[in-house]
Amino acid sequence: MISANLSAIFYLISGILFILALRGLSSPETSRQGNLFGILGMIIAITVTFLTVGNFSTSTIYVFIFLLIGGAIGAFIAFKIPMTAMPELVAGFHSLVGLAAVFVAISAFKNPQAFNLGVPGDIKLASLIEMSIGAAVGAITFSGSIIAFLKLRGIMSGSPITFTGQHIVNLLIGISIFVLIYFLCSSQSESFFWSMITISFLIGVLLIIPIGGADMPVVISMLNSYSGWAAAGIGFTLENTALIITGALVGSSGAILSYIMCKGMNRSFFSVILGGFGGDASVSKDKKKDQKPVKSGNAEDAAFLLKNASSVIIVPGYGMAVAQAQHALREMVDTLKKNDIKVSYAVHPVAGRMPGHMNVLLAEANVPYDEVFELDDINNDFANTDVAFVIGANDVTNPVAKTDPQSPIFGMPVLDVEKCKSVLFVKRSLSPGYAGVDNELFYRENTMMLFADAKKMTEDIVKNI
Amino acid sequence: MEIDPFIFRFSIFILAIFVGYYVVWSVTPSLHTPLMSVTNAISSVIIVGAIIAALAGSSENIFEISNIFGFLAIVLAAVNIFGGFLVTQRMLQMYKKKKKNK
Repeated sequence: MISANLSAIFYLISGILFILALRGLSSPETSRQGNLFGILGMIIAITVTFLTVGNFSTSTIYVFIFLLIGGAIGAFIAFKIPMTAMPELVAGFHSLVGLAAVFVAISAFKNPQAFNLGVPGDIKLASLIEMSIGAAVGAITFSGSIIAFLKLRGIMSGSPITFTGQHIVNLLIGISIFVLIYFLCSSQSESFFWSMITISFLIGVLLIIPIGGADMPVVISMLNSYSGWAAAGIGFTLENTALIITGALVGSSGAILSYIMCKGMNRSFFSVILGGFGGDASVSKDKKKDQKPVKSGNAEDAAFLLKNASSVIIVPGYGMAVAQAQHALREMVDTLKKNDIKVSYAVHPVAGRMPGHMNVLLAEANVPYDEVFELDDINNDFANTDVAFVIGANDVTNPVAKTDPQSPIFGMPVLDVEKCKSVLFVKRSLSPGYAGVDNELFYRENTMMLFADAKKMTEDIVKNI
Repeated sequence: MEIDPFIFRFSIFILAIFVGYYVVWSVTPSLHTPLMSVTNAISSVIIVGAIIAALAGSSENIFEISNIFGFLAIVLAAVNIFGGFLVTQRMLQMYKKKKKNK
C-alpha cells in the first residue's frame, strides 16, 4: 500500500504522459511514440490504483478477470475492424466511456465510504454535485453515441428525425435534469438520482436524432468532448488528478474538433446541434434542373483524359468510403505516376463522416501522407492542374458556395476544382448532395460525369490507361 | 484562512483545458481520426474509479451492488483502453512517407 501523496504524484505523471500522447500527434513521425506514452500513462494509473487500494482480497482476482475480458474484446475489435468502419467504431467507444462514467457514479452513490465521500444518505454536497454532473453527462454521451453509431452503421436512417416542439421538449428535459440534481442534493433521495440518470439517457437520444448523416463529423467530435467532461466530473468526485487532467484534455480536444468541422461547413455549432438540416424536405426544391445538358463519359474517355494530363488532383469524399474505392484509386494513381503524371490528393476538412476520415482511408491504401493536402494548402494549385478527379465528393466542390448568397451552403470553404482544365466527376447519379443543393459543376463545359460505382469505375479506368 | 482543496483541483482542471487547447491545435489535420481514438482510449482512465469501486467493501461479500457496477465499468473501460490504443497504433502504422528515389 502506498501513501495518498505518492499516488497523487503518480497520477500526475500519467496525466503528463497523456498530454505527451496528444502532443505526439503533431506529426506522423512522432505519433507512434506518442501512443506509447499514452499506454505507459494508462499502465501507471492502473497499477497505482491497485497499490493505493492495497486490498488484495479475492476481489482483486475478479478485477483482473474482468479487465482481461474487456481487454480481449477490445483487442479483438481493434484488429478486426475495417478502416471504413472507423466512424462508427469511435462512436461506439464513446458510448462505453459514457456508460462507464455512469456506472462509477452509481457505485460512488451506493458506496460513498469507499471514495471518502461520506455515508449513504449523507454524501458531501460538492461530491454529490460532481457525481451527478459526471453521471448526467456520461448518460447523455452513452445514448447519444448509440444513436450516432446506429446512424453511421446504417441501421438507422441518416435523415433527421424531427417533430414539432422538439426544441421546447429538449429544453424542458434539460432544465428538469438541473431541477432533479437540486432536489437530489437537498434530499439525498435515491429516486431523484435514478430519475436524473434516466432522463439524461433520454435527452441523449433526443439530441442526436434530429441531426443528419453528413453532420456526423460534428456530432462525433461533440460526443468526444462530452465523454471528456463526464470523465472530468468523475475525476472531481474521486479527487483524482489523472482523471481531471484527462477529462479536460479530451473535453477541449473534442470541442476544438467540433469547431474545425463547423468552420469547414460554414455552419454555426448551434445550427448543427439543433439539427433538421439536409433532410428530404430540403431536396427537390430545384425543379428546373432536368433541362440542363450534362456531358457524360465512360471509363475509356476518362482514361484518355487522365493519360494526356501532366498533373492530376484527386478529390475524395464520402462516396469513396462507401464504395471502398481507396485501393482501386491508389492503383489508378500508381499507373498514372508510371506515365510521369504528377498526382496529389486534396482533402476537405468535412469530407467523410468524421474528422480525418479520408486521410485514414488513403493511408490504409498506402498513399504516402505527404501527397495528401489540406484545403488551404492545395486550393491555389487547381488553376495549374489539368484534371481534377472527384470521387465521391459533392458539396465540398460546389462553386455555388462562392457565388450564390441564397444558397444554403454559401460561404462554405470549397475546393476550386472548376479551375482545372477538365473535371472528372465519379458519381452514381445527378442527385444533389447532402445539403440538398444542385451542384452547378455537373453542367459545366469542362466537366465530364462518370456515372458508376466509384470502385468499379476506377478499376475500369486502370484497365483503359 | 484555509483554501478548499476543490479550488486546487479546479485550477488543475482549468490549466489542463488550456494545455489541451494548445496541444490539440498543433495536431495535424490528417491525424484527426487517430486523435479521436486516442482521446477515447485515455479518457478510459476512468477505470481507476471502477477499480476502487470494485475493490471496496468487506471481503466476505464482494458482489455488493456498488461492486457489481464497478466490475461492469471495468469491463467497459477495458474494452476502450485496449481497443482504443490498439486501433490507434494500427492506424498510425499506416501513415507512411513517400519512398525516396522513386
